[in-house]
Amino acid sequence: MSTTHMNTHDAHEAGAHHDEHHDTGGNTVFGFWLYLMTDCLLFASVFATYAVLFMNTAGGVSGKDIFDLELILAGTAALLVSSITFGFAMICAHNKNRSGTLMWLLATFIFGGVFIALEIYEFQHLIHNGNGPQASAFLSAFFSLVGLHGLHVTAGLIWMVILAVEIMMTGLTGRSLTRLACLSLFWHFLDIIWICVFTVVYLMGAI
Amino acid sequence: MSDHSSEAHSHGSVKSYLVGFIWSVILTGIPFWMVMTEAFDKGPTYITIVLLAIVQIFVHLKYFLHLDFSEQGKLDTYSFIFSAVIIVMVVALSVWIIYASNAMMM
Repeated sequence: MSTTHMNTHDAHEAGAHHDEHHDTGGNTVFGFWLYLMTDCLLFASVFATYAVLFMNTAGGVSGKDIFDLELILAGTAALLVSSITFGFAMICAHNKNRSGTLMWLLATFIFGGVFIALEIYEFQHLIHNGNGPQASAFLSAFFSLVGLHGLHVTAGLIWMVILAVEIMMTGLTGRSLTRLACLSLFWHFLDIIWICVFTVVYLMGAI
Repeated sequence: MSDHSSEAHSHGSVKSYLVGFIWSVILTGIPFWMVMTEAFDKGPTYITIVLLAIVQIFVHLKYFLHLDFSEQGKLDTYSFIFSAVIIVMVVALSVWIIYASNAMMM
């Protein structure tokens, strides 16, 4: 009974296999997009938490006292440039230009790395001055929100290295192109989250 | 034909990325300039930076994430619109409820 079932299943798989290749890539990217939408909800709840808590500074510093907008502007610029360099990497990848793809991925990695380095510097500076996440509800919410975005960017950078190694070893196959398309969505999505972060947290906090 | 449109959907062109990038630079530059120079009153500054952020989100969705209403891309767009509705409800209603209860306890 179970063998029959297995056989039917196998036959179905084999039959479907011919068209499967193209479809699976599209389905994978769409599935990843749905994951990003749930990630959006995660960020939305952390934003809501920040909006509720940001006035509770427990007599300590508020956003106006600690935000260094020039630093944030530099980080924002780095992230924006990394977005367009990733776009160029995608164009090279679709033209089967392996060295071009790797070069633009390297550029994206460098600008993403600059963004993370600036964020680590900012956090380290705040904690060093006694304004760590334990100091007030405002700072807890601030570190959670900005740190959550930073962790996502860091995960994206690690993913980028692994994907670059895969492209070096196996070339631009259908599978690595699908993965590159997912990472592209992830990277541009993080840029959109950052627009909300710098507007709501830094600019509104500094007015 | 359908293959061609699916490719255009998934990776865009150099020109569209550059257009998106230039718009983003403008839409990021103006709010930072407004806040850093304190050229305007608080009220108008708040409204302007929020509006510009919303415009910039749409620019990114169109030029970098390639959301559209084509046969290929409309499922992505609809799932985004659905999430956006949920997000507005979660964030706006939470903030409304918490601020209202805070005001009542004052």
